[in-house]
Formats: sequence, C-alpha cells, structure tokens
Amino acid sequence: MTAATARQLHDGCAAITESAIAAGCRFFAGYPISPFTGLLENMSRRLPEAGGHCLNAESEIEAVNMALGASAAGARAATGSCGQGLALMQEAIAELALNELPLVIFNMARNQQDYFQATRGGGWGDYRTLTLAPKDVPEAVEHTQLLFHLADRYRAPVMLYGDPLIAQTHVSVDVAARDFGPLPAKDWALDGSSGGTGHSRQIWTWAMGKATEPGPGPDGHWRAVAAKFDEIAGTEARSETYRADDAETLVVAFGSAALFVEHVVDELRADGHRVGLFRPVTLWPFPGDDLAAATRNASRVLVFELNAGQMLDDVRQFTHDRGAVRFIGGVSIHASGLSFGPLLDVGPIRERILEAAA
Amino acid sequence: MTEAAPRLVARDRPDLILGDHGLCPGCGEPLALRILLEVLEELDIVRRSVGVVGHGCYGSFVQIMDVEVLQCLHGRAPSCATGIKRVRPGTVVFTMQGDGDMVNEGLQEVLHTAARGENVTCVLLNNGVFGDTGGHQTATTVVGQRTKTSLDGRDPETHGYPIPLAELVASLAGVCYVARGAVSSAGGVARTKRMLRSAFEHQLAGDGFGLVEILTMCPTGWFVPAGSGPQYLTSSLEAAYPLGELPLRGQP
Repeated sequence: MTAATARQLHDGCAAITESAIAAGCRFFAGYPISPFTGLLENMSRRLPEAGGHCLNAESEIEAVNMALGASAAGARAATGSCGQGLALMQEAIAELALNELPLVIFNMARNQQDYFQATRGGGWGDYRTLTLAPKDVPEAVEHTQLLFHLADRYRAPVMLYGDPLIAQTHVSVDVAARDFGPLPAKDWALDGSSGGTGHSRQIWTWAMGKATEPGPGPDGHWRAVAAKFDEIAGTEARSETYRADDAETLVVAFGSAALFVEHVVDELRADGHRVGLFRPVTLWPFPGDDLAAATRNASRVLVFELNAGQMLDDVRQFTHDRGAVRFIGGVSIHASGLSFGPLLDVGPIRERILEAAA
Repeated sequence: MTEAAPRLVARDRPDLILGDHGLCPGCGEPLALRILLEVLEELDIVRRSVGVVGHGCYGSFVQIMDVEVLQCLHGRAPSCATGIKRVRPGTVVFTMQGDGDMVNEGLQEVLHTAARGENVTCVLLNNGVFGDTGGHQTATTVVGQRTKTSLDGRDPETHGYPIPLAELVASLAGVCYVARGAVSSAGGVARTKRMLRSAFEHQLAGDGFGLVEILTMCPTGWFVPAGSGPQYLTSSLEAAYPLGELPLRGQP
C-alpha cells in the first residue's frame, strides 16, 4: 500500500511525469518535438529531484537507445516523441521487443496519424507494441503507471498514445502510486556481477548464448517472442462502451476523439437517436472480440479517427458485419501542423454521424 | 602440511574466454579481445564490468567472453552504455565496436557521448573495412585501399576521405583519454594493452570519456594472405592513423 498524495493541478505532461516518477521511473531521455516537448521539460526538471536521470539526447535514435541501456541495467526507463521522431525510434522498439527489454514510450502525438506505427510494430520482426490510448489526462495518469507494470511483466516495449489535448490540458489529478500486483524479479538485468562465473548475463536479440551454454538462437528465441505477443493479444485487450447496448449506430473512436464522440452521443441521444460509442482503450491488442460483441446488433458502425483511416483496418477486421462499417473521420490538421484540425469538434462529428445514419 | 609454493602456469588464453573464436586466420580482433579481458582481470573489475557490443565480426565474441554483455544495435553502443552507466554508476562500462559500427553507423553516438564526458570506455576495432560482409569500404578505409565497393582503391574524388575518429574525439572537451594502438606486432599488443589499462583506470577514477582505437588485421577483407596482415596494416592503416596517446583539447 502506498501513501496517497493530494490531488494536484497539472497539465497532462506534468501529470504524466509525476505518475511516471510515482511508478518508479528513474531514467528518461528525449529530443524535443511538439507536443512531446512538455514531457521532456517536466522530466528534465523532476527526475533529478527524484534521484533519477533525464538526458537531452542528440536525436530520437539515441534517446531510445539510452533508455534501452538503462532498462538493460534494470531501471524503470522511458522515452518519448511523436510522428517523425517516433518513426526514428522504430528500429530500437523492434530491438526491445526482440531482446525482451521493458520500456515505456510516450507518444505525445500531434494527431491520430501515428496509429499504424504505434500498433503494427514499425520495425522489423514479429512483434507488436502494446499501446494504451487514454481519452483524457486522468486516464493518462493511470495508464502511465499501468504501462510501467505491463512493460516489466512482459519484458516488452509499451506505448502511451497521447495527443496535444492530453499534453496541454490542465486537470486536477491524483498521482498516487498504484499497485498492480507482484512482478518477477529482474534477475536478467546487467550489473556486472555474474562476470567470470562462466554464466555471465547476456542480453542479445539473437539469443545464441555462450559457447559453454548455447541459447535457443534466433529461430527458437523469435518463436518464443512471437508466442509471447500472442499471449498478450489474448489477455491485455481493453475497451469501453458508452450507451452502446441498444445502439443502432455505433461509433468507434479512440483517445481524445472518443471524448468528443461521447459528448455527441449524449446530444444525439437527447434528440432520440440510438447512438453509442465503442472505444478501444488498447490500440494493440485491438479489442476485436469486444468489438464483435458490441456490433452484433448495430446496423451501422461508424469509424471516427483523425487520419485517413488507419484504425479502420482493425474495425473492419473484427466488426460482426463488416458491410456495416463506414468511415466518417479524415485527415484534419491544425494550420501549424502540430495539432488537430477543425474536424475534432462537436459540430462536425455530429453532422457526420447524422449524415451516415440518415 | 606445508604451504605449496606458488606455481606459474602458462595459459593459452584468459579464463574469461570460454571457447574458440570462429574468425578468419590472421584476424586481429581476437587479439584485441584477449588483451581487453586480461585488463579487466588485472584491474579486478570483472564482477562489475558490462560490455556493450555492436555488430561486426567481433559480435560473435559475446559467445566466448565471460563478461556481462548487452549486444546492441549497429552503431548505438555508446548510447546504450550511457544508459547503463547513468543508472549503475558503480559498473565499469565499455563498448566494443568496429569502424563500420562506430565511424559509419554510429559516428553521432560516439561523438556526443564523448562530448557529454560520459564516464565510459569505448573501444574501436579499426580494420578499415566491413569485414563481416566480406571487405567493403567503411568511413576509415584509407585512400588507395581496395575494397569490394572501391575495387580500384579508395579515390577521394569518388569516395571522399577517411575519418580519423581518435583525433575527432580528442578535440572534444569531456574526454579524458584517447589512444590508438595496433595489434600487428608483439610490442604493439603490449602497448595497446597498456592503453586499455589506462583507459579503464581513468574510468575507475571518474575522469570522463575514454577511447582506445585499435588497428586490427583483416587479411580476408584486405585480400592479402593471412600472414601478410601485419605488414599490410603497417603500410596502409598505420600510415594514415599514427599510433600513440593523443593530446587532448586544452592539454599539452
């Protein structure tokens, strides 16, 4: 049981920082990119105060590899970026998946165009990235701590899919440490102590072991890793429905977009429309079984996301009747290029739902 | 019972080497591995050492070196070493990288890690070719050197000039020790071993970033007979990359 802390007013980046520190994060490395920059600023100020380290990396590639090293040494470590920066990190994310190192990656995205690179496993090899997509700051705080737990539990890179609204909105939140249960000891972590014993520790994507103690090698190891991701797919999918039980029209949306849709659902319900929301909380594993069940009685399944249709692929894959799926989202970027465009608003969402439901 | 007199036992390899290397005849990299491990033993730091090993022929050493190892992505070893050293400052952290790994793919990593004054020791095994792929041009291939991707010899007009990594690193503040040795002769092996020892002693003293560049033979990648490797090294690499401890920025 950990001591409760008082609720505090934070913007999303500060709240995530406090939550990460409460979860035991002691190493962070990053490279500025909006809107991730706020998280880096907070980490650089707060981690040293908490006895940790925050490094200004020379690029996203080095940021994620520094964090990989810290994780290999047993620390709870994290990094983050978005968009192009996240793309630069994909080689190392694949490496973390394949050499089985935990890491939390904060994708404080500019929009929802990172869905593919968040969920598909943007690097090489057979893995996926467990990704949680909070709809608001309080949920981001909770997800942050859950992600550190899941990363250690599965020894895998995991991701928070944030966005500019989550990064910058000020909310009163409780950042007390949460207990998700026991975890296996990190007896694999490098500290040098097993050197010279004939059984010195080795972290290696190819897992070929020592001459005296051969490992499973790439074939055996990568099969085992793939099986682990199958296990995660079967156990970690999370979703939420809102007023979906009798919905004729079910809207599927994630992150901040789902928060807007939730509001529109209330408005349309007040007008007598049987509309509901299905929200994937984990983008991978995609909650396909939940979606299949939720869409069993819906005559229309509308996908609203702020991109050209990326989650749409997953929705089509799992919807009970895929002929019922319509895309009502689209690319919508703020003139700055750094945030959502005008499509993320109650009016346009309401209009598109009504149009599709007509 | 009388105490047994200490016996000197000749060993064909250090205890930290668990098996035979699978590299080509005449390769210099196993020599570099051996003296590196001997230094860790002699300084009594084996039980706190962590090696970060990149990708090249020497990558197979992780199977025969009895030291904790993170086998990392191509070029990224100094960044990984940074993360390890920051969260476990009591460890002795070193990287083992080839010229393709450190000077091609990872030039940014090593320069920034040096400039941060990160208290780690980077070891560059420089043979001027991508040996693992069969002898292709790297950033340290010397002018005139033939490789499979510069068949008529490295021509600056086409291929540009080689990068002297040790000199670049030595120009940065934050660096406490830079030396270049060669394992092409018995004396060179002994001198290079002393350089490695100095570099690790600096790390133990917390002095900052250290680099030891070791010129190694790659007769296969140089297309010369195995026995001619040392001679070729002396006439090509060593002529372009002078041996010795380098003067550091701000120091005479």
